[in-house]
Amino acid sequence: MRNIAILFRRELASYFATPLAYVFIVIFLLLAGAFTFYLGGFYDRGQADLDPFFNFHPWLYLFLIPAISMRLWAEERKSGSIELLMTLPITLSQAVWGKFLAAWAFAGIALALTFPLWITVNYLGSPDNGAILAAYIGSFLMAGGFLAIGACMSALTRNQVIAFILAVVVCFLFTLSGFPLVLDFFRGIAAPGALVDAIASLSFLSHFQSIAKGVIDLRDLVYFALVIGSWLAATALVLDLKKAD
Amino acid sequence: MIEITHLTKRYGALTAVDDVSFTVAPGEVLGFLGPNGAGKSTTMKMIAGFLTPTAGSARVCGHDVESDALAARRCIGYLPEGAPSYGEMTVRGFLEFIADVRELRGERRRARLDDVIGRLQLRSVLTQTIETLSKGFRRRVGLAQAILHDPQVLILDEPTDGLDPNQKHEVRALIEAMSADKIIVISTHILEEVDAVCNRAIIIANGRIVADEKPQSLEARSRYHNAVTLGFADAAEMGRARAALEAMPQVAAVEVRERDGRLTALPRDGELVLPAITELARSHRWNVNELHLESGRLDEVFRAITNPPANPPANPPATGG
Repeated sequence: MRNIAILFRRELASYFATPLAYVFIVIFLLLAGAFTFYLGGFYDRGQADLDPFFNFHPWLYLFLIPAISMRLWAEERKSGSIELLMTLPITLSQAVWGKFLAAWAFAGIALALTFPLWITVNYLGSPDNGAILAAYIGSFLMAGGFLAIGACMSALTRNQVIAFILAVVVCFLFTLSGFPLVLDFFRGIAAPGALVDAIASLSFLSHFQSIAKGVIDLRDLVYFALVIGSWLAATALVLDLKKAD
Repeated sequence: MIEITHLTKRYGALTAVDDVSFTVAPGEVLGFLGPNGAGKSTTMKMIAGFLTPTAGSARVCGHDVESDALAARRCIGYLPEGAPSYGEMTVRGFLEFIADVRELRGERRRARLDDVIGRLQLRSVLTQTIETLSKGFRRRVGLAQAILHDPQVLILDEPTDGLDPNQKHEVRALIEAMSADKIIVISTHILEEVDAVCNRAIIIANGRIVADEKPQSLEARSRYHNAVTLGFADAAEMGRARAALEAMPQVAAVEVRERDGRLTALPRDGELVLPAITELARSHRWNVNELHLESGRLDEVFRAITNPPANPPANPPATGG
């Protein structure tokens, strides 16, 4: 735990040592606002809730989260600092978790900075703050899932652009996997029905939406924990196999 | 103690390190020599725990680098090739991070940080980010990071590469100052460095150890070991001297450098020919403006060992020492 905390601090500080953190946060907030007010019709709906805000989170994350995760390992590879990191007295899983948690905390900071919307909706009416809190938690968990995928894609390559594109594609599949486009493809290649159902239940979207309704179901929590845990395990595996490439 | 037994690393069909075994004891400064791509860095990466050996094992301070990796890493200070670090961090921030990971606390932490910052003269750049530093400073930050926890074993991959002569001198002085009770392994392809800081040299070529001895005995393998060089101002006299030297039974060959009027007499079997040659010079009353004795040329030995003149890839090169 101590080593994870040390790596976490270093990594999180490094986000704020470059313009990346500030650019990301500004763009995230601008896009979140634009989606909520223009596409979501926040005022026109006349309802005191944050649904128009949270509905766009999966699509927002699809492009913005890979921008955070792409540098996680690709940059270490490129600069060679992975060799330094991996010869310090820390384990591989400590390194994977420390870096992941830092990225997740950073995404959490960006998400938390959307609080003016929550203040606005409370000023305008009396929303169900429990549901809003649940949606924030769901959104944060979903960000963790995207990030874990992005971390693994970043471990695959030393090129950040490739890491970004791979992460967008895989995240897109995980978001869409409940949608007919993807399921029809698997039916088309004559996958067994159980597999198609399994793929459908892998969708970020369905689990996020069920939490965002205000119901934090243990199954959804387990789902996100499993997604994060298994993608990070895959990250460690990839790093172990090809850290020197 | 570093104990390497039958260490092997393969990448597909390519064998980068091929059945390498050696031990290094405290007090030894081992110079790791070899052409580029010979397997120096790969061997060091396996000792440092970055690469997993395909076969064989490496033990550092009694800990196996694979099965007891963390304990082994704790007693190693490692400078990877090119001294990578985190460019966006300040020098102080980076060293504090390493101190955290190395579990340095309280008074000892302060003392160690002060010590390495002083030794490597980093005080003036402590608040600068590493990416803004010159190559020499970056290398020094990498060295500071490696010696911060005062490790028993230091593994330095090309510690002086890219430094100017003054900085090289400083790094060598640093290595010498730490060498008494530590194990230090440095890789380099600057041969004078081996002479300057190492008390043992291993030459590696095509993944195999081809020589393992003291730098002095490597020099003794040279054709130039105990060779005598004479400088002449007058070309005619040089011609006469050449004939006289070639007539000496102890002299195997005479090399002439017309450009600066120098003759080099190579002795047969490394015999000491200096007294006989000075006697000859005195009796012929040669006007010699320069006279010196060579201990041997490492670069020539290096070329001879790693790049044998014949092409016998069928039988592997003989292992020396």
